[in-house]
Amino acid sequence: MVRHAKITDAQIKERLARTFRATRAHRRRVDRAVVYVLSCCALLVIFALFNILAHLLTQGFSSVNLEFLTHLPKPVGEAGGGMANAIMGTLTLLGIAVLVGVPIGLGAAIYLSEYAHKRFAYVVRFTTDVMNGIPSIVYGIFAYTMLVVPMKSFSALSGGIALGVMMIPMVARTSEEFIRLVPVSMREAGLALGVPKWKVIVDIILPISIGGIMTGIMSSLARVAGETAPLLFTAFGNHFWNASLMQPIAALPLQVFAYAISPFDDWHRQAWAGALVLITLVFIINLFASYFVARQSRIFAGKAA
Amino acid sequence: MARKDGGDIIFERTLTVFPCLILLIVAGILFTLVHASWASIVRFGPGFLVTSTWDPVFEHFGALPFIFGTLVTSFVALLLAIPIGVGTAIYLAEYAPFKIQKTIAMLIDLLAAVPSVIYGLWGIFVLVPVMRSHVQPFLGKYLGFLPFFQGPNYGVGILSASVILAIMIVPFIISVSREVILAVPQVYKETAYAMGATRWEALRTVILSYAKPGIMGAIILALGRAIGETMAVTMIIGNNVKISASLFSPGYTLASVIANEFAEAATKLYLSALIEIGLVLFLVSILVNMIARFLIWSVTQR
Repeated sequence: MVRHAKITDAQIKERLARTFRATRAHRRRVDRAVVYVLSCCALLVIFALFNILAHLLTQGFSSVNLEFLTHLPKPVGEAGGGMANAIMGTLTLLGIAVLVGVPIGLGAAIYLSEYAHKRFAYVVRFTTDVMNGIPSIVYGIFAYTMLVVPMKSFSALSGGIALGVMMIPMVARTSEEFIRLVPVSMREAGLALGVPKWKVIVDIILPISIGGIMTGIMSSLARVAGETAPLLFTAFGNHFWNASLMQPIAALPLQVFAYAISPFDDWHRQAWAGALVLITLVFIINLFASYFVARQSRIFAGKAA
Repeated sequence: MARKDGGDIIFERTLTVFPCLILLIVAGILFTLVHASWASIVRFGPGFLVTSTWDPVFEHFGALPFIFGTLVTSFVALLLAIPIGVGTAIYLAEYAPFKIQKTIAMLIDLLAAVPSVIYGLWGIFVLVPVMRSHVQPFLGKYLGFLPFFQGPNYGVGILSASVILAIMIVPFIISVSREVILAVPQVYKETAYAMGATRWEALRTVILSYAKPGIMGAIILALGRAIGETMAVTMIIGNNVKISASLFSPGYTLASVIANEFAEAATKLYLSALIEIGLVLFLVSILVNMIARFLIWSVTQR
């Protein structure tokens, strides 16, 4: 019995060692295979991005020129023409959007971080999260029923307000986050000197966190700059210069959409050019956002030391 | 506490207006949607959601084809985007060297910043031709025995729209999942390594099981975006009111029918029916977002 056990013991040991080596090799192989699979996933995503950018650059560059940036669209069949009115239109719409979105978003952010009761703050924060998830076309319907129907006309104003409302939750959340990061000691320093709380906010807290606030404004602006759906039945689009904010106005995304689904080759080229201009605009605004966030984190790092 | 002076009281009162305005706007959106779609709600009742007729001429409206289109495109998009998105997130959070991680994360943020109309443009002129001449014939040849891959191949249609949606939601899945995976406490990972686990084993047994609810949250958040996405889908789904098992066939989604028909809705009831579709989108997106926020919150706040 004992002798018998001794033999099997050795055998078992050997067999175990063999299986262990085998499983270890197998486990290592699996581990390495997983790395390949996962990095392929990442490569696929990068490939999609580069494919889109490459097409934008190659297709867009041939049609972007001075005329494209400074002229009105030409009728079908006539070569040339540009999207000057759409570029101006987008800038106008963004201007209105800032006037609507920034005061409300920033005001709410200050209130939430400095004054609000916990439960109220929670409700408002939750609501801004919900707002962030509402499909953009629903904002379009909202602006249509609230503004276009009573004013009896598609207008630049309604489009700008639709974009502005979309900006509110993004501005509010980002600004609040950065305002909260201002060290308590700085608030207390002001209050201890007998400065009223509102002056502490205006003169100390806001100037310190301004970089963060600008980041929120810029990144929300970049997002709404490319929005098309909320403009379809508010700003509506226009082939000419916009004369008044109560009139329909052209916008780059609308123009790109209209030209892309048209059956004309000339217009397709214009659509690519418009898309290139649009994405350049979006990326530039995003660059500002990252500039401000870098600046802000330097400030916080400096103050904390 | 500082003593309250007059300026303080005025300042605080003024600021109170803004958060209230936010609550008011969301309530206002709900109210206007219900108000403007009331004619359709009264006329068609709950049957609106399960009727598949959409006939502007005889004013008979049902949203089923659009609900179907939205569900199918979102589902297929998730099917494509989940493995790629979660895989990339794991790679970035656990495997990639710091510099590569930063660079790729930046590129993915760029991908998220591309406006949807540009995805649509790319879809029309780059993706659809590829789908028509390569992908769909291939699927038809080898998987054609399945009802999903039968029928005429136009290029535009549900499958192309799903692919575009997948590309659009992948950045969200990646950035949220990556955050959640990075939030797994270091000590858990080290425990797994100390037990002799390989990286993959540690990942599978410890990290992913910890991060699972958060990744689910990321996926549901992405689902919310897919459901509400309008322009890119409108540009390549083919816009056809039809319920078909084939992914090759043109379809329609909730958002794209609004985008396409809103400006030309001539009668009150037609417009009202379109706004009711908007109401459905609104309610679904709120529900989806609430679930997602809760799941993400349950991981990052632990």
